Amino acid sequence: MAELSYRDAVAYGIAQEMRRDPALVMLGEDIAAAGGVFKTTVGLVEEFGPDRVRDTPISEQAILGAAMGAAMTGIPVIAEIMFSDFLAVCWDMIANEIAKSRYMTNGQVSFPLVIRTANGGGARFGAQHSQSVENWAMMIPGLKVVAPSTPEDVVGLMAASIRDPDPVIFFEHKSLMAGKAEVPDGEIVDELGTARVVREGSDVTIAALALMVPRALEAADRLAENGISAEVIDVRSLVPLDTATLLSSTAKTGRFFTVEENPRLCGWGAELVSIISEEAFWNLDGPCVRITTPHIPLPSAASLEDLALPSVDRIVETVTRSVDGGGSA
Amino acid sequence: MPTDPAYDYALRPPRLPDPEDRSLDDAPIDQETRLALYRKLQELRQWSKRAHDLFLQNLVKGTTHLSLGMEAIATGFGMALKPGDYTFATYRGHAHSLARGMDPGKALAELLGRENGVLGGKGGSMHLTDVEKGMMGSYAIIGAHLCIANGAAWSAKMRGTDQVAVAFFGDGTTNIGAFHEALNMAVIWKLPVVFVCENNLYMEYTPIDAITAVPNPAADRAGAYGLDPIIIDGNDPDAVYLAAVDALERARRGDGPSLIEAVTYRTGGHSRADPAKYRPEAEVEAWKDRDPVPVYHQRLLRIGVPEAELGDITREVAATIDAATEFAKAGAHPGEETLMTEVWADGGSAWRN
Repeated sequence: MAELSYRDAVAYGIAQEMRRDPALVMLGEDIAAAGGVFKTTVGLVEEFGPDRVRDTPISEQAILGAAMGAAMTGIPVIAEIMFSDFLAVCWDMIANEIAKSRYMTNGQVSFPLVIRTANGGGARFGAQHSQSVENWAMMIPGLKVVAPSTPEDVVGLMAASIRDPDPVIFFEHKSLMAGKAEVPDGEIVDELGTARVVREGSDVTIAALALMVPRALEAADRLAENGISAEVIDVRSLVPLDTATLLSSTAKTGRFFTVEENPRLCGWGAELVSIISEEAFWNLDGPCVRITTPHIPLPSAASLEDLALPSVDRIVETVTRSVDGGGSA
Repeated sequence: MPTDPAYDYALRPPRLPDPEDRSLDDAPIDQETRLALYRKLQELRQWSKRAHDLFLQNLVKGTTHLSLGMEAIATGFGMALKPGDYTFATYRGHAHSLARGMDPGKALAELLGRENGVLGGKGGSMHLTDVEKGMMGSYAIIGAHLCIANGAAWSAKMRGTDQVAVAFFGDGTTNIGAFHEALNMAVIWKLPVVFVCENNLYMEYTPIDAITAVPNPAADRAGAYGLDPIIIDGNDPDAVYLAAVDALERARRGDGPSLIEAVTYRTGGHSRADPAKYRPEAEVEAWKDRDPVPVYHQRLLRIGVPEAELGDITREVAATIDAATEFAKAGAHPGEETLMTEVWADGGSAWRN
């Protein structure tokens, strides 16, 4: 058991897999000698060499094209896109090429590749380096989408993503990088498509992702002080989606909330609420409520960004008001 | 077959190829290879014409982009490529697919949307793929597949094979960012990849010179990436073959990528929706004299191949295309059992438990 930061867990998880599979390679901007702009790849080029940990030009289409071409010809690949906002630059590669080609070719090709990217706000970087875009990826058929919230999950879900034969978009949250937690010794391999109940409760279910998980947990502590027992679910994997865990929790509590960092419209929670409404409607004691970033580009100033992202206060207030019958946020 | 490196297959100004040009009659290509080139050229031509006929019979839905007039490029490269090499094409990818050995019946069936199509009807005209034959896909968004070809070349290099990846694309592609990203990466990583620009003078409906900063859309950009500017007669299977052999050998030697501009002409419109009325009649007429099929036919006669032998090849190909047509038409329309398959590597499409 060692204490690892979320940031260090990224390189730790990748190293575990690169030691296991000598064919696995990695490419991206500033990932080799520089160790990544978020220092998530420190030490990898030293251990695995520049042929397996390759620096690239600022050419996001070329990065993902190379990843795709290598993956479809037998080389498993990890590609880094520095900020998730930059996925828009190479969205054709993701949405049209990587995601669709297996289906279009009736299964002739597959893509064992992971696209890692730093996602989310809280760093005061402004609208082009801060957005949570996991909902972009979630809506594309053919992509798997993962967003861990703890160092151990970074390692385990990284391994699961790398070993998965399909393309996975792996969102690492910028504002979780410095957080530390114990990580067990030995090989860690998790499973995609599994949500985790991170706090048990009986009155409300709160589904959260990435940075919103610790906020939901803190809110749950405060709600408990007010007599509301909240069950918190770390969704972890948007595709595949562990609906069984969400549905069974809601059946128990009768109340369902999401805490989402993505902008409001078509955020991932909208799909979850839709599933709960269709399949657990008769278990509900009140409306499903989404707590999200408003439908705006993220502002830069600390005070404004803090107002935009779902806060512990907002979660507590929204859940309390809803349980008291006061309607939604 | 090794080429004579001193042999000049390059197209010199004026760029319009001269149908009377006999300089390649004595090119270092043996007769057996040339007959194989002729057979392939016939196959691509007759297949494309048949695809067009099937449109007119309303058997092909959606759209299609034929290579009529441009078949010499796929023919020459198809002959020079080795099994195991990788081909990446655009939506105008029928000829390149057939040139790598895709079954002509399965290719036609795919255009007809039948379950015996090479993609089971899931891809259609713009996405012909046959991985077993090295045909790694037809990509219908301009530019992307140059980057993907780099990846296959990178993979071959990492695996220590002598495979080469070839990406075919149109002149219009040279104005999109992915073209430039791909060339730069191929050069800095010294990848075994060949980029082949099929310059048919039109970006869809617009003359390429009206929307491009330089006269030769690919060759004039080569220098920006430290590559040689190579322009060839894309209507001459021999010229293409010689250029292909050179570029492939260079890649296999570890000397990195090449960029070849093959000048050609699209006999028809951009797609089935395009009657191509925007082209000057004189230009269309001038290029008719440079149609690769009769021009190559004449070359083979000049070097002593009997007319009867060429006639036999033409008839044999026609029989193949007829059989392919029957095969395609006999296919069933795919049903529900395949709709939800092959999103994931496990064969399924489940996104939840």
